[in-house]
Amino acid sequence: MTELAWISSTINTARPQAMGALLRYFRDLDTAEEAFQDACLRALKNWPQNGPPRDPAAWLIFVGRNSGIDAVRKRAKQAPMPEEDQISDLEDAESDMAERLDGAHYRDDILRLLFICCHPDLSPTQQIAVALRIVSGITVKQIARAFLVGESAMEQRITRAKARIADAGVPFETPGAVERSERLAAVAAMVYLIFNEGYSTNSGEAPARAPLCEEAIRLARLLLRLFRTEPEIMGLTALLLLQHARAPARFDEDGEIVLLEDQDRSLWSRKMIDEGLALVDKALRHRQPGPYQVQAAIAALHARAEKAEDTDWVEIDLLYSLLEQMQPSPVITLNRAVAVSKVRGPAEALAMIEPLEQRLSGYFHFFGLKGGLLMQLDRGEEARVAFDRAIALANTAAEAAHIRMHIDRLMKDGAARGPARTAK
Amino acid sequence: MLYAILCYASEDVVSSWSKAQDDEVIGKLLNVQEKYVQAGRLGPVARLLPTTAATTLRKVKGEAVVIDGPFAETKEQFLGFYTLECADLDEAVEFARELSDVNPSGGSYEIRPVQMFQANKIPA
Repeated sequence: MTELAWISSTINTARPQAMGALLRYFRDLDTAEEAFQDACLRALKNWPQNGPPRDPAAWLIFVGRNSGIDAVRKRAKQAPMPEEDQISDLEDAESDMAERLDGAHYRDDILRLLFICCHPDLSPTQQIAVALRIVSGITVKQIARAFLVGESAMEQRITRAKARIADAGVPFETPGAVERSERLAAVAAMVYLIFNEGYSTNSGEAPARAPLCEEAIRLARLLLRLFRTEPEIMGLTALLLLQHARAPARFDEDGEIVLLEDQDRSLWSRKMIDEGLALVDKALRHRQPGPYQVQAAIAALHARAEKAEDTDWVEIDLLYSLLEQMQPSPVITLNRAVAVSKVRGPAEALAMIEPLEQRLSGYFHFFGLKGGLLMQLDRGEEARVAFDRAIALANTAAEAAHIRMHIDRLMKDGAARGPARTAK
Repeated sequence: MLYAILCYASEDVVSSWSKAQDDEVIGKLLNVQEKYVQAGRLGPVARLLPTTAATTLRKVKGEAVVIDGPFAETKEQFLGFYTLECADLDEAVEFARELSDVNPSGGSYEIRPVQMFQANKIPA
């Protein structure tokens, strides 16, 4: 690893904090970004000579702020505009450096930076793209690759989204407790969105999209360091770690999906599982359950089972029913039905999901599970119809291939027998 | 004398390394340890999960209270430790210097003589 690589990794670590502070000073995203870029260029020149500073974020903020102030002044000279109201806190430029970043400031700075990316006018894709660009500093090219679109299309999408953020006005007042927790919830949802964008993927695309999962984990850990006692943030971080731990086992060498119960569990990342389990344990001690914690607890039960047969489906069924109460959704009921089929058999699970058919008529996993349950109940004809629907709705080639495998088995066996399965 | 070499660094920095970067650092650190292992001087070594996964039990007004994370928020966190048999402090400092040379995290190594040591075995 070259010196340059280490410098860029140090800059990246400092980025959310530095960008958050610069946004607070300049109250304008473009100015803050330019100031940060400038500070990075200077860091590349300065750090190899003088060694990395003890507090890289403070260094970048200080240098970035000075260069931003210069830039705003120059612009103000060209256009006869009073510049002072464009810049806040000018007078304390020096004292703030001394204050360093140990104040409560930086927590709100980072939260604000993340929060403006979750503006409700932005589509989920735009939110993710802007957050990856602004907060994580991922290049437009890399983001475009992750979203499987062209670079210029992504560039436009991000530019439009940033313009919308600028129009909406950035919320600068220090948030109160209620507002802070609302912001945190919105930001947590966005981090989860980033993760899912990376997680739902074909094997062929997996290498391009895996960085999204890693970045989501990085952001979740960042949130957790800022809000160390929030059980839902522990839950979110644990959930992402426990799911991502399975990544090395999710596809076979032909790129086909390997279902949870067929995965080679020795490939799961022990390190991520250990961290995830520790976080779940910590979160549950708070006795303030929330959706992320419950989902993390479910993932933890899978992670704790050494073999698929050891899975505690009774507990998973209970946790899903708790999740259903917190966040009623047909998809959660569908997931619960998988546990129900293990605990109480396919007939009961089928009865549970049949009322959902109308609402989930466009959902691949619904027909995949329905077909699987029917197959277990020896209702091969109906299973075939459900599987055909599933194939038509498959999002990825791997999903379709998996269902086709079921159909082949049905054809071969006549009335086939097979375990109920759903892609997870 | 047995020394504990305690590793402190910024968790933010270390946890944002890519897997490749992390593997590279760990590989180099293992290289440094190798000759000490061969010489039979290196005892247990541990790398800890991030402090976000930590819990602290602390007596508050005589009552044990469990809180999240380490008690004090600091710029650098305790990330792991080595135990090394050394003739003198210089040897311990030399070991820490070798580790530091290959570790780009820019943290610090605290060198502490060990007062009591129990090499209990945990069955694998």
